Amino acid sequence: MNIVVCLKQVPGTADVKIDPQTNNLIRQGIKNTINPFDTYALEEGVRIRERHGGKVIVISMGPPQAESMLREAISLGADEAVLLSDSTFAGADTWATSYTLATAIKKLGQYYVVICGRQTLDGDTGQVGPELAEMLEVPLITYVSKIEEISDVQIRARRMIDEGHEVIQAPLPAVITVTKEINVPRLPSLRGIAKSKSATIPVWNLQELGGDPVRVGLSGSFTRVVKIFYPQRNRQARIFQGDLGNQVDCLVDELKSAGLV
Amino acid sequence: MEYFITEQQKTIKSLARRIAEERILPVRAELDEKEEFPWTIMKDLADADMFRVFVPEQYEGLGGGCFELCLVAEELSRVCSGIAVSYAATALGSFTLMDYGSEAQKRKFLPAIAAGAKLAAFALTEPTAGSDAGAIKTTAEKVEGGYLLNGTKQFITNGGEAEIYTVIALTDKSKGARGASSFLVEKGTPGFSFGKKEKKMGIRSSATRELVFRNCLIPEENIISKPGMGFIMTMKLLDRSRPGVAAQAVGVAQGALEAAVEYTRQRIQFGHPLISLPVVQDILADMAIHVEAARALVYAAARTVDSGAKDFTESSAMAKVFASDVAMKVTTDAVQVCGGAGYMRDYPVEKMMRDAKITQIYEGSNQVLRNAISIELRKRKAKTA
Repeated sequence: MNIVVCLKQVPGTADVKIDPQTNNLIRQGIKNTINPFDTYALEEGVRIRERHGGKVIVISMGPPQAESMLREAISLGADEAVLLSDSTFAGADTWATSYTLATAIKKLGQYYVVICGRQTLDGDTGQVGPELAEMLEVPLITYVSKIEEISDVQIRARRMIDEGHEVIQAPLPAVITVTKEINVPRLPSLRGIAKSKSATIPVWNLQELGGDPVRVGLSGSFTRVVKIFYPQRNRQARIFQGDLGNQVDCLVDELKSAGLV
Repeated sequence: MEYFITEQQKTIKSLARRIAEERILPVRAELDEKEEFPWTIMKDLADADMFRVFVPEQYEGLGGGCFELCLVAEELSRVCSGIAVSYAATALGSFTLMDYGSEAQKRKFLPAIAAGAKLAAFALTEPTAGSDAGAIKTTAEKVEGGYLLNGTKQFITNGGEAEIYTVIALTDKSKGARGASSFLVEKGTPGFSFGKKEKKMGIRSSATRELVFRNCLIPEENIISKPGMGFIMTMKLLDRSRPGVAAQAVGVAQGALEAAVEYTRQRIQFGHPLISLPVVQDILADMAIHVEAARALVYAAARTVDSGAKDFTESSAMAKVFASDVAMKVTTDAVQVCGGAGYMRDYPVEKMMRDAKITQIYEGSNQVLRNAISIELRKRKAKTA
């Protein structure tokens, strides 16, 4: 059965600049890469296949250049890749993105687990995984740090929460989103690289995908980016000198005078 | 410099470099300090198909030769020679099997070696037989059902860690070196145990250990080729593997050169970075010239081996001698330009200097190899005279 891993190509750095005129990301001169959280999703998919058999299919919605990322995913162990690319997909928010991905996953046929990274480096919302589960009408386990058991019909996974972790069991198929604690992603292999160079990566446009045109891209999005701005930096730093007792006294005085204690 | 390497060779080189920088660099000092065998790194190398590089395609390898092996050894050694030799020793332990083994032997052992699931080792040296390899005393007595191995092998790289050993032993003591044969011995065979683990000057993450054989029964089918072929096959093997040691030497020299450039750019003395001093520039320039010259010679020798040439004793000896002497000189100079810091274990160059020394010694000391080169010179002159 298929293991589907959703990937997104993102700028290869967290230090992105925004064009103040257009409010768009400045993408010139920035190398794109697989969203770091998605690399853990891919590795976990490959590990499940190694233990359990099946096929790892990676999918991504993105511009044509995202094909290079899908080839990289094949060098890292994915069996097949599909790129969802159409000008009508542009401007999608997480909802429209999830609709597009869910439509593709249904079209791929039977699957037993869909794996996503917990969030992306650029959008940072962490919404696509949960929305996918909703649209596919399957169970969802987010923030998975360990898969304790997986069979054809059931998964038991450890999920990170603020106070520690909880163990959740769900029937398959299901969607899981993973954290970086789950594994250490491998490096590519020479055979994987050779395979990635010769692999055919189908590109599905809207017509091939067979989705509802009003539910994809900007028209399928409930949210619009109205404005992007840098946060105001109000933080101030003060370093207290002297011995420890003196430093503590100064700190307490400072906090009192600021009305914080 | 442009060495006209193929796309596949570029891929091998860049992936080996990535493994070295991402996986080996963070742990090399600790492995050296603790003299710990790098099993995690061996797994990374196996997962990346690095052990497939030198194995023929029909045995689940990628069909590369001496040159591809050199590219990997060089890149690993640029960051840690101890790990490079642990990797390359598996090739050394498999070449006799690849070149002279039967189809059944190759089918049995090579796929596991290619997958990196089993490491290999080569065992020739004994307490009384170093450069004088013909003086080995380990015997393999023909008995019913196989050969009975008795003796002790010394300084065996990957000893104790490898699963598959190519062992040289005398099947006919009266014939000396001509009575030597080559055997495949699996770890766990009754009568085969491991002795002293050596504490070394350098390449300390690699395992160097004694192999002890006490009435160890080797099945008949584990002899490689015919009885009496052991010494000839070993000489061919070492001719073929020496460019790998040479590549290891180029790698450690390259690593030391880069560390020296980095340090001398940052270190300010007399108000300027050290690298702006002409005396330092001269040293760095000489280091760079020698590293590049060694690389060119090693690549040429490796290509000669892969070309199918009948005799490459001289080429491979030249590459090994020159590159290892360069490695010793360049790593020593790297410590020198890094000064007091270079002598400290917090900086990588003192390790590189310790690691470089062995390349002048093993797989034929440079003195023995110079002797071999001059014998070739004399033979050639005698033929034309």
